[in-house]
Amino acid sequence: MENKIYGLLAEFDTTTEIVVAAEKVRDAGFTETDAFSPFPIHEMDEALGIKRSILPYVVFAGGIAGLILGLGLQYYTHVIDYPIIVGGRPHFSLPAFVPPAYEMTILLAGFAAVFGMLFMNGLPKPYHPVFNVPRFNLATREKFFLLIKADDPKYDYEETKAFLESLDPQEVFDVDE
Amino acid sequence: MQDARDLQEIQEKIYPPMVEGVYDYGTVTDKISDITLKKRTPYGWFIGFGISFIVAQLLLLTVTLLFVQGVGIWGNNQPVGWAFPIINFVWWIGIGHAGTLISAILLLLNQKWRTSINRFAEAMTLFAVACAGLFPILHTGRPWLAYWMLPYPNTMAMWQNFRSPLMWDVFAVTTYATISLLFWYVGLIPDIATLRDRAKNKYFKVAYGLLSWGWRGSARHWHRYEIAYLLLAGLSTPLVLSVHSIVSFDFSVSQLPGWHATIFPPYFVAGAIFAGFAMVLILCIPLRVWYNMKDLITDTHLIYMGKVMLATGLIVVYGYAMEAFFAWYSAAPYERYMMYNRMFSGPYWWSYWLLILCNGISIQFLWFKRFRESPFWLFVISVVVSVGMWLERFVIIVTSLHRDFLPGSWGMFAPTIFDWSMYIGTIGFFFALIFLFVRMLPVISIFEVRTLLPDAKVEHHGHDHEHSGQGSVGN
Repeated sequence: MENKIYGLLAEFDTTTEIVVAAEKVRDAGFTETDAFSPFPIHEMDEALGIKRSILPYVVFAGGIAGLILGLGLQYYTHVIDYPIIVGGRPHFSLPAFVPPAYEMTILLAGFAAVFGMLFMNGLPKPYHPVFNVPRFNLATREKFFLLIKADDPKYDYEETKAFLESLDPQEVFDVDE
Repeated sequence: MQDARDLQEIQEKIYPPMVEGVYDYGTVTDKISDITLKKRTPYGWFIGFGISFIVAQLLLLTVTLLFVQGVGIWGNNQPVGWAFPIINFVWWIGIGHAGTLISAILLLLNQKWRTSINRFAEAMTLFAVACAGLFPILHTGRPWLAYWMLPYPNTMAMWQNFRSPLMWDVFAVTTYATISLLFWYVGLIPDIATLRDRAKNKYFKVAYGLLSWGWRGSARHWHRYEIAYLLLAGLSTPLVLSVHSIVSFDFSVSQLPGWHATIFPPYFVAGAIFAGFAMVLILCIPLRVWYNMKDLITDTHLIYMGKVMLATGLIVVYGYAMEAFFAWYSAAPYERYMMYNRMFSGPYWWSYWLLILCNGISIQFLWFKRFRESPFWLFVISVVVSVGMWLERFVIIVTSLHRDFLPGSWGMFAPTIFDWSMYIGTIGFFFALIFLFVRMLPVISIFEVRTLLPDAKVEHHGHDHEHSGQGSVGN
């Protein structure tokens, strides 16, 4: 082995197989793990012990920021910087200010959802060691992969490989760094 | 045992399979991504794109002339100042609404049939909003100053008037376009990653690689992805309802008989969804034949869309009835005159009854299985409905404006050739974009269709945790 190993990748054929395998990996005490699938598998969150993301709070904060920004903009322009009577309405015409503030709320919450998700996922990331495994092309098509990273405290090349082999995968690959 | 089989039969009746034919993850991936990755472009594509592209040149020519000569090339004049540009704006933005409805509201309602139509419905939304956005900007007369509508500190030391519905429109439409784009793009990321991994051509590999942001299908990524997607759906749902409500405020906040009606927001939203589903049907009926995808966009999909069209169409017809009733019940002479003029005595009476024929009568055929289950008739009805929804905006705008309060300011509106060329040009532009989209990106959400396959469900395996397994996005 000249190359540094990033981890070990086991390939599976079906959702059930990989979820069962992931549960065993979790029960064996591995924490630096990941799974790759061509579509989301809900059971995987529990099987891998993935904690619920804080993303919803980020989105909420984005929405509140949008609301404040939208109302603040209209308050500043109509009350502070350029107070002018239009149609006999008060400077701070709240009912009329609702639609722009509402749209700003949605806009910033939407930004928070999309860019927050991409940021927390560490994307964009055009290079990742798992792409070094040629069969990994199939992770966006029909195959399921389970990864144990080399920096897992319980990781040991021989033992972990043997353990993954025991989970009945199609094949186990070394992932080069 | 018998009970279980009965239950299954009943379930299949209520929830017919949304993917017909035998597929596994690989073959369904090939089927959809081959449209994009196949080397040879079908001849039909060139014909379709060519015609749309030529028609789109009408838009370019008209806009050029408009920049040179000004809005005088249109038929807009006092008292009908809003005419075609606003009719077309409302028509296009209404069409866009079905895309968001399919992708967001049907997702929240856990309707699996959205899965094979949401992608191109969202693309349709984007392109329709692009066409819609052109009109109010060009209608300002000096479109190169359109940025004056955006609040930025400027040397004139002036600010926009946020009490005006036209400013609400600016915020609503730009937010709508932005969020629709994000929603569409986020949905595309895993599928673009599929294309990246399947593409043989080096340049396509790099292009799809860049567009997919390095997506690798990690379970942690999917976890956040689904949360983000669901939240976006939750945000888009009130957004889509607000956008057309705000468009209707452009009319209903004014004091004009025929515009000043409280029924406008819900009636406009229903009309938008009605028109949008008609356009989705117009697009997907030929698409599924040309690309041989009847097993993914099934007859069931078409029937469901036909039913949505019938339901929203009836809401719209109720809106017409209420408009007439309010005008009579208000006992206001101007309101009553407007309605009487619109329906019977005015010079545009024919447009009102044509509208009733297109939007009210034509959809009644959808009550019958024979029409609902025939793609041909659905297509015909959809085209008629699209015409009808255009007429609706024509009736609302032109008949309300052409009789001002004083007979001295009455007038007539007649469109010029440039009104028509600009409108038809945007239709060409829209279809040209659709053709490009079909060739370059997956028209059906591949990863979501994979979740519909029977294999995608995780079998029970001893552990006693709950299995949701419903729909593509949950938790």
